[in-house]
Amino acid sequence: MDALISPLLNGTALGALLLLAALGLTLTFGQMGVINMAHGEFIMAGAFIAYLTQTVVASSNVSILLALPLAFIGAGLLGLLLEIGIIQWMYRRPLDTLLVTVGVALILQQVALQIFPAQGVPVEAPDWLSGQIDVFGYAWPLRQVFTIVLAALCLVSLAVWLKYSSFGRRIRATVQNRDLAETSGIRTRNIDRITFFVGSGLAGVAGVAASLIGGTNSQMGTQYIIPAFLVVVAGGVGQIKGTVLAAWALGIALSFFAEWTTGSMAQVLAFVLLVVFLQFRPQGLFTVRTRGLT
Amino acid sequence: MTGPGGALVVTDLRVEFDGFVAVGGVSFDAHPGEVRFLIGPNGAGKTTCIDAITGLSKGTGSVTLGDQQLLGRSTQKIVRLGVGRTFQTASVFEGLSVLQNLDIAAGLHRSSLSLLRARRGVDPAIESALEEIGLSEERETPAGILSHGQKQWLEIGMMLVQEPRALLLDEPVAGMSQDERTATGELLQRIAQRRIVLVVEHDMDFMRRYASRVTVLHQGKVLSEGAVAQVQADPRVQEVYLGTAATTTAGSVPPDAMTETTTDAARHGEGV
Amino acid sequence: MTRLKPWLPVIGIAVFAVLLLVVAPAVLSMHWLNNLGKYCCWAIAAVGIGLAWGRGGMLVLGQGVFFGLGAYAMAMHLTLESTAPGSLPVFMILYDPLASLPAFWEPFRSDAFTLAAIVLLPVIVAGVLGYALFKRRIKGAYFAILSQALAVALAVLISSTIRETGGDTGLSDFKYFFGFVLNDDANKVMVFMIAASLLILCLLAVWQLNRSRFGELLVATRDAEERVRFLGYDPANIKLVAYVVAALMASIAGALFVPIVGIITPAEIGASASILMIAGVALGGRASLFGPALGAMAIGWGQSSLGSSWPDGWVYILGLVFILVTLFLPMGLSSLFGKAKGLLWRSRGTPPDALDEPAPVLEPVGDGVTK
Repeated sequence: MDALISPLLNGTALGALLLLAALGLTLTFGQMGVINMAHGEFIMAGAFIAYLTQTVVASSNVSILLALPLAFIGAGLLGLLLEIGIIQWMYRRPLDTLLVTVGVALILQQVALQIFPAQGVPVEAPDWLSGQIDVFGYAWPLRQVFTIVLAALCLVSLAVWLKYSSFGRRIRATVQNRDLAETSGIRTRNIDRITFFVGSGLAGVAGVAASLIGGTNSQMGTQYIIPAFLVVVAGGVGQIKGTVLAAWALGIALSFFAEWTTGSMAQVLAFVLLVVFLQFRPQGLFTVRTRGLT
Repeated sequence: MTGPGGALVVTDLRVEFDGFVAVGGVSFDAHPGEVRFLIGPNGAGKTTCIDAITGLSKGTGSVTLGDQQLLGRSTQKIVRLGVGRTFQTASVFEGLSVLQNLDIAAGLHRSSLSLLRARRGVDPAIESALEEIGLSEERETPAGILSHGQKQWLEIGMMLVQEPRALLLDEPVAGMSQDERTATGELLQRIAQRRIVLVVEHDMDFMRRYASRVTVLHQGKVLSEGAVAQVQADPRVQEVYLGTAATTTAGSVPPDAMTETTTDAARHGEGV
Repeated sequence: MTRLKPWLPVIGIAVFAVLLLVVAPAVLSMHWLNNLGKYCCWAIAAVGIGLAWGRGGMLVLGQGVFFGLGAYAMAMHLTLESTAPGSLPVFMILYDPLASLPAFWEPFRSDAFTLAAIVLLPVIVAGVLGYALFKRRIKGAYFAILSQALAVALAVLISSTIRETGGDTGLSDFKYFFGFVLNDDANKVMVFMIAASLLILCLLAVWQLNRSRFGELLVATRDAEERVRFLGYDPANIKLVAYVVAALMASIAGALFVPIVGIITPAEIGASASILMIAGVALGGRASLFGPALGAMAIGWGQSSLGSSWPDGWVYILGLVFILVTLFLPMGLSSLFGKAKGLLWRSRGTPPDALDEPAPVLEPVGDGVTK
């Protein structure tokens, strides 16, 4: 029983973390077509903000809750800066956004390396997250539960915001037909900026969760960026429900493969599994069917 | 190849997009020696028919060229079976010269290994295609700077060098000047002597001048079929399609219909 | 002049060959010759990337995989060659002196098998992956991400299998290279000459591919993949050939990297190493013949000189190279040369070679479908 329960629960938590990392990408990549390789470094920024908050507000019970909005705003501002400084010049060149942001990622990593110690910094979990709960005899760490709750909260607020707010409608209108949206009085430039801000901000929130689970150092972004993109690819670009399913499936798959083989072999197997999956669903889990060629 | 077995026969073709029936059971045939036209108002399913025949859209029913079934095969396979097509927006390789465009198209039946060699000299088939489409003087010109009409001719030339049995042309004269239309029409008539030529067109004047037989589509179904005069006399056709020209002055016609009918009406000074 | 023009690249390659094979060994110290050999390896991989990315439009973000396959095949062979018969490689003894040699090491004792593996492994891996992805029309960013994911997976796998592959410390301490003592200047020059000659060969191969009909077809596929279908070709096959050739070149580069540098670690094949290879190609000019090779050599020089003397600054420079080149010079430094040439030719009334610059994006051919 335990051989099944623990990878299932660990996998779900890992999936939640991947979902947090990928949610922002569904906005920047899915809605705007920007391949932001610095997204991982925005996650890193969120984690470092969690650490900095802790150095100011000594009580880790409070600081972690304070860190969430701060990380959202901090990473969001980084994203906004990137959009205004660079991305806005290259909306019609998706592959070039990838190359440009690879450069940005390198620079952000180096900045972090020069500010913070190379071996990384510790982010303490608050007392209320230090315990475990018992699930069928498996002691499930509370911080994993926290990740899942956080991911669910972000997911629901993003979905509600996109679906019901007038702003969400304007985003979707801009994605579907930019010219028409513009002539309908939507300021598409503002939409771009706010979408990018929110997408990057979500990476910051993911960073806070990541700081509680893994190490916080200048290289941490590189661990998350590729899995996060793979989740978006497998889920179907711009499809939030696909992203959720894909993140969960990838988390579960990685945990079970790791249970049966090793953590590193699990990554190879998960990659093979994804390529096989794409043979059947080259557009990902969910797609918007159109009559045009893609 | 020019015998009765060489015809393009479409039987009960259906194409659906997520429940929307774009083409609902269309049947027609085209033979070498005639310039076959497929007309109809916007959304009638003309282009979708061509897409299904060339493997771009999935369809059910049957499409045969000679004794070969085309439906269910990949685009490149259908091309190799002898079906060429052009597009509404001329799609030539803009970075390559006219000659390189034709050469790439002519490579269809070359062996894979010969692909590794550089081009030497000019194929006689390419030379004659250049003559045929009237671009002999432009052979070194990058295709990107050709005029719109020349690009369409180059596309036709790219089909010709492939020696296809059937040529499907999607609005070949859209945006062409009157002289270019005439040249294109005569070119199509010459080509049609030995091959199947199927033209999707909005331009009624062009249709009247060059069509041997016409099929009118409406809302994914065949409305009428026959010679030009026959079709024009069909009251149903006048009602759903040609008849709109009479009402254009009322201003109640959608913009798409305006472009395809009012201009023709103006040119002829009459409705039908 | 016009009769000479098609042969200019060959003359360029010949000049390059003389510089590398005659001038460099005569004037450079052993230390710098060895460094140049290392840059040649990166340049070989870059020439392949130029073909796949510049001409074929496939952003191969994970060439480290193939570099690694070649490198580890060679490194295992050299390790076994340097190990006394019947005993284990030194690093394995450290972990477990009684263990037996892993089965997959065994065939690498053979010279012929090793050479065959260096050629066949990348061809098989790239063939399978490329076939699976291209046939399902996975391209652009998706392909780039997936190719990098593979590089990350392989690097992680090697890092974590310390007993079998040496893990993060990698494989090193090679004493012999196919019977030649590596710690010998004459033999070092020989290894350099092999690397330089193979670079020249790769340049010639890509030059021929670019001028062939295949090359025109590849560019056509890059610019309008769907249109190529209507010429009766499957674009997947065309891309597959270019991808496999690029993988093979990366593998050869990795195989030569090992005797020249004397060590191979997962860091040389993972995501950042793959990105470094891309940096050189982007800087030099991905669609040109010499751009990728020269760009890779420049980045390689920066990496090994600035990277060690001023590591902090070097990362910033590298980051800026990506940003500035992509923003202002998408076709790399060689496009400056091309533009100058273009001005020159225009004044003489002959259009410049249009193949180097991607054509303006064609309208999707499926436009008619939406009617």
